[in-house]
Amino acid sequence: MIGWMGKRKPLFLFGMLALLLAGCGKENLTAFEPKGYGAESSMNLIILSIIIMAFVLAIVLLVYVITLVRFRKKKGQENFIPKQVEGNKTLETVWTVIPIILVLILAVPTVVATFDLADKSEAQDGINVEVTGNQYWWHFNYQGDEVQTSQDLYIPTGERVYLNMKSSDVIHSFWVPSISGKMDVNPENVNTMYLEAHEEGVYWGKCAELCGPSHSLMDFKVIAVSPEEYDQWISDMQSVDPEANPEDAVAQDGKALFEEKSCVACHAIGSSPNATGPNLTNFGDRTKIAGYLEPTEENLVKWITDPESVKPGNKMTGNYPDVSEEEAEQIAAYLLQLSPSDITTESAGN
Amino acid sequence: MSIAAAQNKGFLAAVWDYLTTVDHKKIAKLYLFAGGFFFLLGGLEALFIRIQLISPENDFLTAGLYNEMITMHGTTMIFLAAMPLLLGLMNAIMPLQIGARDVAFPFLNSLGFWLFLFGGVLLNCSWFLGGAPDAGWTSYAPLSIQSPGHGVDFYIMGLQISGAGTLIGGINFLVTIVTMRAPGMTYMRMPLFSWTTFVTSVLILFAFPALTVGLFLLMFDRMFGAAFFDVTLGGNAVIWQHLFWIFGHPEVYILILPAFGIFSDIISTFSKKRLFGYTAMVFATILIAFLGFMVWAHHMFTVGLGPVANAIFAIATMAIAVPTGIKIFNWLGTMWGGSITINSAMLWTLAFIPSFTIGGMTGVMLASAVADYQYHDTYFVVAHFHYVIVGGVVFGILAGLHYWWPKIFGKILNETLGKLSFWLFFIGFHLTFFIQHFLGLMGMPRRYWVFLKDQGLDTGNLVSTIGAFLMGVGGLIFVINIIYTSVKGEKAPADPWDGRSLEWAIPSPPPFYNFKQTPLIRGLDPLWIEKTEGKGKITPAEPLGDIHMPDASILPFIMSFGFFIAGFGFIYQVDHKGWLAAIFVGMGTALICMLIRSLKDYHGFHIHKEELEREAD
Amino acid sequence: MSHDHSLNPETMPQEPEKATLEGKNKFLGLWFFLGGETVLFASLFGTYLALRNSTAGGPATTDLFGLELVFVMTMLLLTSSLTSVYAMYQMKNNNFKKMQLWLGITALLGMAFLACELYEFYHYIHEYEFTFRSSAFGSAFYTLVGFHGGHVVFGLSWLIVLMVRNAKRGLNLYNAPKYYTFSLYWHFIDVVWVFIFTVVYLMGKVG
Repeated sequence: MIGWMGKRKPLFLFGMLALLLAGCGKENLTAFEPKGYGAESSMNLIILSIIIMAFVLAIVLLVYVITLVRFRKKKGQENFIPKQVEGNKTLETVWTVIPIILVLILAVPTVVATFDLADKSEAQDGINVEVTGNQYWWHFNYQGDEVQTSQDLYIPTGERVYLNMKSSDVIHSFWVPSISGKMDVNPENVNTMYLEAHEEGVYWGKCAELCGPSHSLMDFKVIAVSPEEYDQWISDMQSVDPEANPEDAVAQDGKALFEEKSCVACHAIGSSPNATGPNLTNFGDRTKIAGYLEPTEENLVKWITDPESVKPGNKMTGNYPDVSEEEAEQIAAYLLQLSPSDITTESAGN
Repeated sequence: MSIAAAQNKGFLAAVWDYLTTVDHKKIAKLYLFAGGFFFLLGGLEALFIRIQLISPENDFLTAGLYNEMITMHGTTMIFLAAMPLLLGLMNAIMPLQIGARDVAFPFLNSLGFWLFLFGGVLLNCSWFLGGAPDAGWTSYAPLSIQSPGHGVDFYIMGLQISGAGTLIGGINFLVTIVTMRAPGMTYMRMPLFSWTTFVTSVLILFAFPALTVGLFLLMFDRMFGAAFFDVTLGGNAVIWQHLFWIFGHPEVYILILPAFGIFSDIISTFSKKRLFGYTAMVFATILIAFLGFMVWAHHMFTVGLGPVANAIFAIATMAIAVPTGIKIFNWLGTMWGGSITINSAMLWTLAFIPSFTIGGMTGVMLASAVADYQYHDTYFVVAHFHYVIVGGVVFGILAGLHYWWPKIFGKILNETLGKLSFWLFFIGFHLTFFIQHFLGLMGMPRRYWVFLKDQGLDTGNLVSTIGAFLMGVGGLIFVINIIYTSVKGEKAPADPWDGRSLEWAIPSPPPFYNFKQTPLIRGLDPLWIEKTEGKGKITPAEPLGDIHMPDASILPFIMSFGFFIAGFGFIYQVDHKGWLAAIFVGMGTALICMLIRSLKDYHGFHIHKEELEREAD
Repeated sequence: MSHDHSLNPETMPQEPEKATLEGKNKFLGLWFFLGGETVLFASLFGTYLALRNSTAGGPATTDLFGLELVFVMTMLLLTSSLTSVYAMYQMKNNNFKKMQLWLGITALLGMAFLACELYEFYHYIHEYEFTFRSSAFGSAFYTLVGFHGGHVVFGLSWLIVLMVRNAKRGLNLYNAPKYYTFSLYWHFIDVVWVFIFTVVYLMGKVG
């Protein structure tokens, strides 16, 4: 029965499948278009398992349809009594052995990949970032560089960046689908994983373990830039003067208010590894406000004046004196001009 | 009490009868109604979830309420709907299938039900008392420790009480099957549904205590200041995950194995064929149960247990595919060469095969640890477990209800309505969940109160919500079918489906003593054997004689109520020590009931031979 | 009533606890129940092992445990298991009085065990300020040992109720299974204690 497309039909179908999957979701978020080492490992296994499983499903469906068509009770057969078969040794052996083989085909690469992704033998010499999960934001401390950021994680392409992750409160899970699979961020131990991005880009990250009301808003970004740009960024961040006065008068008032309204009690500008709130050193370069809002002054004012409406259950609400709309605008002006480096999302090709 | 007294009663007497009953068939009805009620409740919660996710950044529910909704949907469906409905079917049918007059511990059977019901009611009281639990049905510490209010406390006490009930039910079924099979009913002649009841009960027995301990630890931390999960005092939150999944994974098989049994019986009956590879089916069931205890950590691939643990659990998990595959092919083998009748019960069964196969396939995909780093805690997982739990368990329950409804209630469910509800539910189901596989890999984690605009997730979620509503309508039509049938339904004969197993040899509904004379079993499918080779009816194993029946008792109800009161005491003593009184009163009530039960002799009563003779055959 | 007669036969069968279907069911049911209890204690042991070094700066196993008292407790409970075996032996001899006597001794030994345990807890709390709340280790220790103690309390209450209830009417086929299942339960408690002695105290002393 060689008809349309002939024997190549199955191949063609899998090609279609791959195309279909590739069209799924938004670039730099979807796991269907891997842009990093971990995501590729996962995707290879996903495709392998889909192929095996589709094969099994096809056989089941084929037998199923034939059975239903052939053996459905027909008119005039009301009194027909089928032969009472006990079983069939050969058949039963076949459908025990074949699945065992199929499972083995999947098991071997799974084990290999599991050990491969857990390999941390070169972590000593690589870039190490301490990641702290908090309700509902991420803290990144570049170990050995005295640089801290929050929400936007800058990494160089083509290099393994080791993340040593721990939570300050409940369990979170660090997931950047297009670069790597996820790993939990536990309060009692440090979990290490690595990111290796192949291309420059701004990749969307999400928290994948229920952590409270704003779990779904605990988004972050991984910004992959070239190694040279990365080094530049690190040195820019290191040379920030936290006390620098902004040029703009409104922003100057904002800086004063930032201290007056006790923002500074939690939020550090410049290196301060133990600050309890998000580090704001490069706030003006942030891709989002509160993890998911566009970085506009309007959104920032909203976030400062009424954080509960932006992120339910956040830890900022109620921890600072009342801020009027006007004061919030001044603080916003100050924060949005904090842009210590020329390396931003635009350097990542966005 | 006599047979005559068991009939002709007023409404209040009927209520009293059900409160005190120890008859497995009446307890079955109680399980079915309570489970059905909670199923509708859980379904409503599901619809609220889907309405919230109909469009990006929707604000139909607040973030807190959404988390309560998902927690209660999962908890309700697993503990208060699926399990009780299955326990109901087991109670109704298993003793009939093995030719027993009752279960081994009728009193405990009733206690098991009332504990479940009061536990479920306690849990749902949280809605009206400051908010439901909101840490997910898995209730991971430390989120569940930090959760404000009393929601999680209700989760702990409600599940602890209803879990005790389930454990009691499991032991009861085990002993019943071991000691009370009719003469000739050897293990290898038991219908598959009785077999799966047996294996499921073993799973309940060994799985639930782990949950019990887990819940105690949570309770001690939240209510009595212990430090199991408090990192600052050396606690370790991963312990909860281990305990929860040591229970939780076998729980999946506790749900699916009885459904496998139901399908086996139905396929065999409606193909008019003996179950293909019966022995392999039995051993596959046992093997699945055994492996079910070896794979709990595949729920924890991303916890950071290390590559060795991940690899071992990945392979163990994949191994389960083999016995499951054997089952699927044996079902196909049973139908092959048969004479297949397609009615509502069979439609649900036929729908199960491809749906569950897909669920099983995604299960193997999830077992591949590295691939799971992407799937884990996303909508892919949501899709997977709904394919196995809805496509397997719920389809199984609905198939079983259509199949055994005549036996349990004496009326045949309406076919037209049955088929209508099937098609709506079936199409809705695939519409809802198939697309969720893709949503997960496109970057949508589970338990997300909102998904953001412009992330390519809008269409999938909309489709999913539409499907959920179709399922809702399908479910509603099933309820209408039940009402219609109980008012106008056709009265069922003893054996409406040309059945094969023992339950079809006695009237529909069965008399309260089940078998006038204990049957003699000559092989697998005993009724079929007598129909084709014998004289068309079961040979009795004993002459007509007095039948010994257990005494009814109100104690299980009162005892469970005592635990219910004590549950409130435990929850609220944190706020005010005065509530300790409720603990003493509640526990005291329960203890006094136990004492009465111990001190008073329960000898049961006899139905006399003469009364039995007066009953028409 | 007919069953009164059937439960009080002229000559007692060899195994009165398994002579009726109810008896067999109770016997088997309790065995299954103990299977579940095994998982319960296994979970508690697992939790304890995971947390036994999590002292959060408070007292550790090596500071706390002395083996003298625990050894006495072990002896008390082991002996009580033995006396309950004697009691079951007397049940099979149909000697009700001696059975009650041995069970009485079992109960006394059980109570002595509990008294020691209470003293032990009191000692830890007052001498070392080591409580249920002081560390994860504290929580795990008191939970594991306390669950066992709770089982002893339950077993004792069960035994006393049984002995009082049947004191005047002697042995029959209705209460024989109840006595027998109690003795099984009591052995189980004993076995769990042996594990506690090993895992908590011996291994704790070694450190």
